[in-house]
Amino acid sequence: MLGVNSFPHAIIQLQNCWKAYGRVQALRSIHLQIPAEKTTALIGPSGCGKSTLLRLIIGLVRPDRGEIRFEGREMDLQDMPGLRHQMGYVIQNGGLFPHLTARRNVTLMARYLKWKRSKIEARLLELAELTQFPPDGLDRYPVQLSGGQKQRLALMRALMLEPKVLLLDEPLGALDPIIRFDLQTDLKRIFQRLRKTVVLVTHNLDEAEYFGDSIVLMREGRIVQQGSIHEMINAPIDPFVTHFIHAQRRREKVLA
Amino acid sequence: MRSNIKTGLPVFVLLTFCLFDSGLAADSRIPFQVGSKKFTESVILGEMVTLLVANQGVPVIHRDQLGGTRILWDALLKGDIDVYPEYTGTITREILAGEGLRGKEDTRRYLSRSGILMSQPLGFNNTYALGMKEDLAERLGITKISDLRKHPQLKLGFANEFMNRQDGWPGLRQAYRLPQNDVRGLEHELAYVGLLSGAIQVTDLYSTDAEIAYYHLRTLKDDLHFFPTYEAVLLYRSDLVGRWPKGVRAMLGLEGKISGSDMIGMNEQAKINKVPASIAAAVFLQKELGVRVQAKKESRVQNFISRTREHLSLVGISLGAAIVLSIPMGILAARSSQKGQIILGAVGIIQTVPSLALLVFMIPLLGIGSAPAIAALFLYSLLPIVRNTHSGLQTIPLEIRESAEALGLSYGHRLWMIELPLASPAILSGIKTSAVINVGTATLGALIGAGGYGQPILTGIRLDDMALILEGAIPAAGLALGVQGIFDLAERHFVPKGLRLALGE
Repeated sequence: MLGVNSFPHAIIQLQNCWKAYGRVQALRSIHLQIPAEKTTALIGPSGCGKSTLLRLIIGLVRPDRGEIRFEGREMDLQDMPGLRHQMGYVIQNGGLFPHLTARRNVTLMARYLKWKRSKIEARLLELAELTQFPPDGLDRYPVQLSGGQKQRLALMRALMLEPKVLLLDEPLGALDPIIRFDLQTDLKRIFQRLRKTVVLVTHNLDEAEYFGDSIVLMREGRIVQQGSIHEMINAPIDPFVTHFIHAQRRREKVLA
Repeated sequence: MRSNIKTGLPVFVLLTFCLFDSGLAADSRIPFQVGSKKFTESVILGEMVTLLVANQGVPVIHRDQLGGTRILWDALLKGDIDVYPEYTGTITREILAGEGLRGKEDTRRYLSRSGILMSQPLGFNNTYALGMKEDLAERLGITKISDLRKHPQLKLGFANEFMNRQDGWPGLRQAYRLPQNDVRGLEHELAYVGLLSGAIQVTDLYSTDAEIAYYHLRTLKDDLHFFPTYEAVLLYRSDLVGRWPKGVRAMLGLEGKISGSDMIGMNEQAKINKVPASIAAAVFLQKELGVRVQAKKESRVQNFISRTREHLSLVGISLGAAIVLSIPMGILAARSSQKGQIILGAVGIIQTVPSLALLVFMIPLLGIGSAPAIAALFLYSLLPIVRNTHSGLQTIPLEIRESAEALGLSYGHRLWMIELPLASPAILSGIKTSAVINVGTATLGALIGAGGYGQPILTGIRLDDMALILEGAIPAAGLALGVQGIFDLAERHFVPKGLRLALGE
């Protein structure tokens, strides 16, 4: 059942989702609409539940209460493998399989789903071009790649099956500033070109602002405010919103 | 080697059968199975029975040096052996201790209820005695056991079996009120070496031991008449009479024929002059009974080949089965922490059972021979593989396991394509550990009739023959090294290249 105030074009909907790890309440009463073909940035201080929220969407954790809908259908455990083929997931350190070459990391799922070899090869080259991954790196193992190359590779792997949704958990978090800047630019270009639904978790307001069509600010397991950065600055729902923005801005000034 | 497998573990049965028993069943009847204990006199007596029975054209096998009284008696009851030489004192004081048996007829009646018959005495009495070096006894003025009371500082060393028997040290100590505290258990055959070197000063002797004269030992008088008589007899299953009547008749031809000095002479031949037990037995049969028998002799090379084959089969079958079972067990253990605790706890407990005890525990279930040895080795090989599979899977970083799950791979495919390859170095090293332990532990299999490299080691200890011990010990060590080498090579083959790079090789 759709909520009363749901977006008609929301691809993912969370209704009153709760999740606890032992005694720690990670998520409390989460209501969230993820709009299709837009980039949604989840932001908040560490431990606010933003990564848990992402893991809820990809089904790595199950909500204690509440429901999650994908394209209007409730997600259940039986459908999970199939649903995951429609979502790409990238984490901070890539989560690459160390025993497989770059090529085999990317093509693993396509081979598992018995794609034709020619189709796999064509898609692989297309993705290498899109992500600017060096073709001669395809036969290397993850341990032989640089940090930036690993993240490009992880992105290729996530995009291989042409998923509708891309879920990124601090994808640039472990990179040094210059590589991070290059990859930010490339990512933005890729998102614009592919017009996919993207959910990006970050703790960096600048990054959220740079990528996000919409920003979701979280605190202690709850969503505080959802909207654009301007709405948050001009019409904060809670003093925490202003406090968070100021803290981030000051930090950047100090760093600058 | 023939394996007598009656119950359980069909895989073992099948494999053992394929490997070794292809030539069995020319005669559908179970052959005439002779057993003997792991000391020389018992082996010689067993050889005598074997030769006499074979002489009648009866198919006969001799499972020699099987271990102690308990193993032989259980095997006899179970039908893994049909006959073995025993001593009357051992029957009344040890096997049927506590039954309050009086006299031979009483014993006979009692035994027959278990389907066991007892021959007439073979002729000699091999009682226990205590002995020490003549010069030391002279110096301390010791002639009888009660004299030991005055010398509490003496170092005593007794056969392991003597240490625990009712008619052994516990009873003796009580009867004579002996004060010595420095008492240790050791192999009977090593006691003489200990006496000579001075490591021990008093030991238990069998009165027919050839070493008493050879090493100039003084036998201490049993002045309180503690030790009963130990007349040698044959214990055999009553169904043997129906199965092989000619063989039983021939065997009973030994009744009353072997005097004490005859037995001491044969023991001397075998132990001091290093004549094979079968030859010592054959010479006696020919001279005293006028029976012409052919003692079969295997060449050293043939011997080595069959020992190697036996050893490899013990290790190969038990390890193979352990690998097949342990990896799934490790996977199951890694999947849920509750199951994991149960599985790891169970295989951990098995590992705490001393290997020799585990071998003996298997006898009531599987009899004697290679089956119980393989089962024990199998159980012993589980822990390293289960534990390493479990920890290999557990230590895969969460992010990698979740990445595989997030991609939409099924549990089976995640396991097969991602997790097992990543755990492969740990699993292989677990298998390697198991294999190396297994090769060494398999030498104990000889004690329960499984053959292998333990056989020459056991015989070597019995005969105090270092060359013979090395004949088993060196190939066993070599095999362990070889196995290690093979697994080192396997690592190169099985551990994925990317992983070896990541591990910094």
